[in-house]
Parts: sequence; structure tokens; C-alpha cells
Amino acid sequence: MEKHIIEPTNPRRDFLKTAAIGVAIASCGSALCSCNKSNSNSEDQVVLLSPEGELVTVDSSALKAANKSHCVSGEASRKGIPGKKFVMVVDLARCKNAQKCQESCDKNHHTQYPKEYLKVLKMQDNPSASPYWQPTMCFHCDEPPCVKVCPVDATFKRDDGLVLIDNDRCIGCRFCMAACPYSQRVFNWGEPEKIESEITCKSPEKSGVNTTMGTVEKCDFCPDMVREGQMPHCVSACPNGVFYFGDENEDAVSNGEDTVRLSKLLADRAGYRAMEDLGTKPRLYYLPPVNRLFPFEDAAETEEDHSAN
Amino acid sequence: MDINKVQSNEQIEKDLMPRAFGPYGKLWVVFLLFIGGIGLYYYVQQLRHGLVVTGLRDYTTWGIYIANFVFFVAISLVGSLMSAVLKLTNVKWRTPLTRISEMIAVAAIMFAGLIIIVDMGRPDRFLNVIFHARIQSPITWDVIVITTYLFISMLLLYLPLLPDLAIMRDRFKTIPKWQQKMYAFMANNWKGTSEQHKILNKSVMLLSVMIIPVAFGIHTVTSWLFATTLRPGWDSTNFGPYFISGAFMVGAGAVIATMFVFRKFYGLHKYITLDHFDKMGRLLVLLSLVYLYFNVNEYFVPAYKMKGSESAHLKELFTGAYAPLFWSVQIGGMLIPIIVLLFKKGRTPLIMFVISIMVIVGAWFKRFLIVIPTLHHPYFPMDQAPEAWSHYTPTFAEWCITGGSLAGALLIVTFLVRYFPIIPVEETIEEQKGGTNELNIERGYQPQIEKI
Ligand code: SF4
Repeated sequence: MEKHIIEPTNPRRDFLKTAAIGVAIASCGSALCSCNKSNSNSEDQVVLLSPEGELVTVDSSALKAANKSHCVSGEASRKGIPGKKFVMVVDLARCKNAQKCQESCDKNHHTQYPKEYLKVLKMQDNPSASPYWQPTMCFHCDEPPCVKVCPVDATFKRDDGLVLIDNDRCIGCRFCMAACPYSQRVFNWGEPEKIESEITCKSPEKSGVNTTMGTVEKCDFCPDMVREGQMPHCVSACPNGVFYFGDENEDAVSNGEDTVRLSKLLADRAGYRAMEDLGTKPRLYYLPPVNRLFPFEDAAETEEDHSAN
Repeated sequence: MDINKVQSNEQIEKDLMPRAFGPYGKLWVVFLLFIGGIGLYYYVQQLRHGLVVTGLRDYTTWGIYIANFVFFVAISLVGSLMSAVLKLTNVKWRTPLTRISEMIAVAAIMFAGLIIIVDMGRPDRFLNVIFHARIQSPITWDVIVITTYLFISMLLLYLPLLPDLAIMRDRFKTIPKWQQKMYAFMANNWKGTSEQHKILNKSVMLLSVMIIPVAFGIHTVTSWLFATTLRPGWDSTNFGPYFISGAFMVGAGAVIATMFVFRKFYGLHKYITLDHFDKMGRLLVLLSLVYLYFNVNEYFVPAYKMKGSESAHLKELFTGAYAPLFWSVQIGGMLIPIIVLLFKKGRTPLIMFVISIMVIVGAWFKRFLIVIPTLHHPYFPMDQAPEAWSHYTPTFAEWCITGGSLAGALLIVTFLVRYFPIIPVEETIEEQKGGTNELNIERGYQPQIEKI
């Protein structure tokens, strides 16, 4: 099991489709593979990994996405996508603070500075170490302190690993904001601006759409996109492939260009989680900023330097 | 009891029974209504526009509402201190102070509940706390213990009132009809038989025992709202006893202040004596010393280590932006009271009144210092947020709402005092007569010897 090989046409889309049918293949095994082999002259084909470890080419039209519905609400939205354990890996060595992730996140979740789900922070581990950029968002912890303290189950943990918020239930006590050591939750202090969107879905899976005064919001790992077989917005927006997203059960993550084995990536690149000692068990890993692709540059500082000169 | 001259029962009744407001009383009520009204006006604004009318923003998500909440909960502990702890330890001089304490307790705990609703982003969804309650959240625990405490405190205020209500029912014939009806209704067929006294004594005793763990519960759980998070400054196992000891201290301060005011304006010098002030002064010193001990634990130990995540927080308190407030509160609200009250000359009414005000104001700002500075030192840097978010300045609206809640609590105390005797009349009579008096039997009030 080295790699999932994916057709170049629309890699992001296909990868997740692969992910979505992973379970299906596992259950029907080689029968599915053979039937699709005979039918492989359509243009949109994907290469999949069979349970035996063989790579097989499959016509994508033969695949059924797990769930195509746009608006999953109620109990279903509290359960999660069956068989999944979503995970994100952020490669700090590639980040140059291009801020495309943030822009795309803001646009698609209808948020606006300073209420943002994704923040790129300037970090420096110690005075001798070189500073680096660190994108942060909700880490969807496996031991989420925010979920523990919520008095009304408005923020909850799903089987697929996601931590989401039901904006129709939240009482706005902000205990979860106090409890989150990563400061990743944002609050609607006033009446949020009416969003111009044709989507009217009231679902915890659509953060930013069902936005209401006096409730919390945060990054949701874009489960609506994932259900459609696409990547979260930040992943597809990043020009440098910083973000890898995938499924831990399948042990595969992709940044849109490369699809790699999660365990190998973390082992080879010394992946770590933020503040491991707090015991929150984040579902987001960082790859340390070593052998960087870009030298560190702080646009704000350079401007200051120019104006000072 | 420490009444120098034996008073006739008529005199006691005349002195202690509630009276209509005098000109000062009326002015006081108008003043409180005014402050409360402004608070209410701004709260309506907050309901319309959201918490954006406050100085709160992401990062500094809790502010003076929560500090005020902790303050109210702290003050409310005084009820259990005076009527339960001192009762069980058989301290006799507490009798004239128990009712004041219970009144403060009931008013404070009611407003603790209200101010927490004021802090909620969605007060309209308050019932979710019941319908969707999750037992693992400290907020749920708080809701449970606070309602329990409110209930027991009300009973502890009401039950010992029964004999006094009966006196008012039987003797007040010139008061308005509704008042007569109210007393009759509340006195609830109290005849003062020894049977009734027995039941009453038993229930009060039982409630006094029950309220102690609940009182510890409310303030410990309140401290856990902070201590169960992972934030430097809050992440402390010392928080429970630290909060409780501070609460008893400010509670004693509140009793002293009220004692002084009522003694002066109601002319109760015969009932609240210098000896009471002396005793309360000693009690306050003791409670402050306990609080000092927990303060040393809370600040000295982490300051000795200066652990990375804690150091920014501690430095801000010791030498940074919050240093002036921090040292004023620690010195003015704790050290000076201890020193002054250690001396006999310091334990005179006026000095003690000033000291108790220092303790109360200090306690309020201490809660501010516990809640807010921690929020300015998250683990991840705040540099992406607007600069203004790294400070917290409560807005005018926020102050008005907070002031309104304080005025509201005082208003409740004021009205309780208007309609009910602040010093237990019947108990005072009984204690004075030592339990055997023909007069009592004549009037149908059975002698009652306190057996504890
Ligand atoms: S603010 Fe909302 S989501 Fe957060 S703890 Fe309170 S009710 Fe739960």
C-alpha cells in the first residue's frame, strides 16, 4: 500500500470520492473491481486500492458517493459520516503566509475579519529559533475541552472525529471559548451581517450559513464539501500544498497534489500536535518548519522597515 | 444576648418591628430604583443589539458580568456562615445578625442567577439548560446547587420569621389590608404552641446542617467554572478553598456594613451593641487570615516557579497593567483590614464600617482580577486579532447593567427590611427572659429554651 494514484483531471474531487467509497470496496471486494474493469472506457476514471492491495482502475460513474445530500441536519448531522475519521496535517515547512486559505475560508463561510475561523499566526519557539508561520483552526480534538464543558450539548463530537456547533441550540455562555486552550472559537457579539447565499440550510455542517447573534462559531473542517467528495476550502485554496486532509481509517491524506500515507508522513516528518501535554488529542498534526520552502518574511515588518528608513 | 438593660416586650416590639420608610429611606429607594432603571434600560439595549454593547470580544469573552456573578455568589455565603456555622458552633451573640445575613444571602443569590442570564448571548434559550442539560458541564452543576441554595436560604429566612409574622398578624391592626393579609397568609396558622416550636426548631436545625455543604458547593462549583479550564491563572487546584475563604471574608464584611447602617438609621443601639462589632471584627480578622493564607498559595507558589505559560499572567498582575489594581486590592482589601481590626481601637463601629466597605469593594475588584487578566494570556499569540482586543475596558452600558444588578440586590434587602423585622423579635424576647416568663404564656407565646 504505497499510494493512492489519482487521475490528474480533478485530483481533489477524486481523492475524496475514493475516500467515500473506501468502505464500499472493502465490503464487496474484487467483484466490484472486475465489473468496473470491463466498463472502463469512460473518461472519468479513478484508480483505487482494492482490499488485497492491488491498484485497480474504476469508472467514476460506477461509484456511488456515500451521501450526496447538501443539507444534513438534525440527528444525522450529530452522527457523522460513517466509517470516517477525518484528520488534517499542516506542513509548516511550506507555509509562507500567502493567506489564500484564510481568504477562501472567509469567503465560503461568509465570515470577515476579525471574526475568522482560520488564523495564520507568527510563531517563534525560542529567541534563537527562526520565526515561522503557523495556520491554526479548530483542531477537532479527540478529548475536546469545549465539548466537555458545554451545558446544553450545543457543541458536540461526532463519530467521524469532527467537533461541530449547533447554532440553534447554543445559549451563548462562552464557557467553550474559555475552555479551548487554542482560542479557536469566535462569537457573534452583535447581529451578524445577512449573508447573500442561496443556501438556507440550518445544519451544524454549514458553519457560517446559519449564523445567529449570541452564539459561537468555529472551523468545521467543511463536512458539506467532504460529503460532496471535495476538500475543505483551505486545503484546495492553498497554492503551496500546506494542508493535507484525509481519513485516518484509510491512513491516507492528500493536499490536492500528492496523496500520501498518513502514518508514513507523520513518522518521516516528525509530525506533532499542538500542546500535546494538555491532553486534548488534536486531530490536526503539524509538520515542523524545517528545510523550508520559503525564507521567513513578515510583510508587516518589512513595511515598517521601509517606512522607518 | 447582650442587652444591657432588660427591655420590656412592648419596647422590643416597638423597636424592632418594621416601620414605614422615613425621608432617608424614601430617598434611598428612589436612588436604587433610578440606578436599577438605568441598568434595565441598557439591558434592553443589550437584548436588541447583542453583547456587542459590552467591551467583551473574542479572547476577553468574560468580563464584569461574570466577576459580578462570582461576587454575588461570594456574598451570599454569609447567610450560611451566620445562621448555620455560628448556630452549630453555639455562638449566642449571632441572634440579632442572623436575619440580616439571610436577607443579604437571598438577595445576592437571586441576583447571581439573574446576572448570569444577563451574560448569556441567548437568554431566550435559557430553558435549554434544563431541556438539554448535560451533567458533565460545571454550568449544570452550578444551576443545580444555586437553585438548591436559593431554596434552602429562603426557608432559613422564612421559617424563623414565623413567630414574628404571627406577632405582626395579631398586633398590627392599623396597617393596610393587603399587608394584614400578607402577614396572615405567611404566618400560616402559627400559634406558638410548644409543639410548633419543636417542629420549627428541628427544621431550622436540619436546614442549618444542610446548607453548609450546599454553601460550599455553590462557591466551589463557581470556582470550577474557571479551574476546570486549561488556562494559566485559572488552572489551579487551590481555587475551591481560595474562593470559599474569600467569600466568607466578604460576607462578614457585608454583615458589618449592614449592621452599621441599620443600627444608625433604625436606632438599634440596644440590640446591636459595641460588643457585636467587636465580635464581628474578630471574626473578620480570622476569616481574612484564612483568605490571606490561600492567597499566598495562589500567587506565591506559581510566582516562585514562574512557569512559562503562567509568567506572563503573573507579571501582568505584579508589575504590569493590572499591578495598581492588584496591589490596592491585596493591601487595601485584605492586609489593612487585618492590621486595623487586630487592635481593639480598630473594632469600633465607624472604623469597622469603613474597613468593611474596603473589604467589599476590594472583593469586587478581586473577582475582576481573577476573571479578566487570565483571558489576556492565551497560549497562542493574539497578534492576528485587532489591537484593542488585547485589553478590556467595560463599556458604560456594561457598568450600568452591573450597577443596576447591585442596586437591585440592595432594593430587595431594603424591601425585606421594610416589611419584616430585621432582628428576630420573638427570639430576642425569649433570650432576654431566659425562657421562663409568665408574660409570654399570658400572650400565648410559649417559652422556648434553645437546646443545641
Ligand atoms: S457558548 Fe454555546 S457551544 Fe459554547 S459552551 Fe456555551 S452553549 Fe455550548
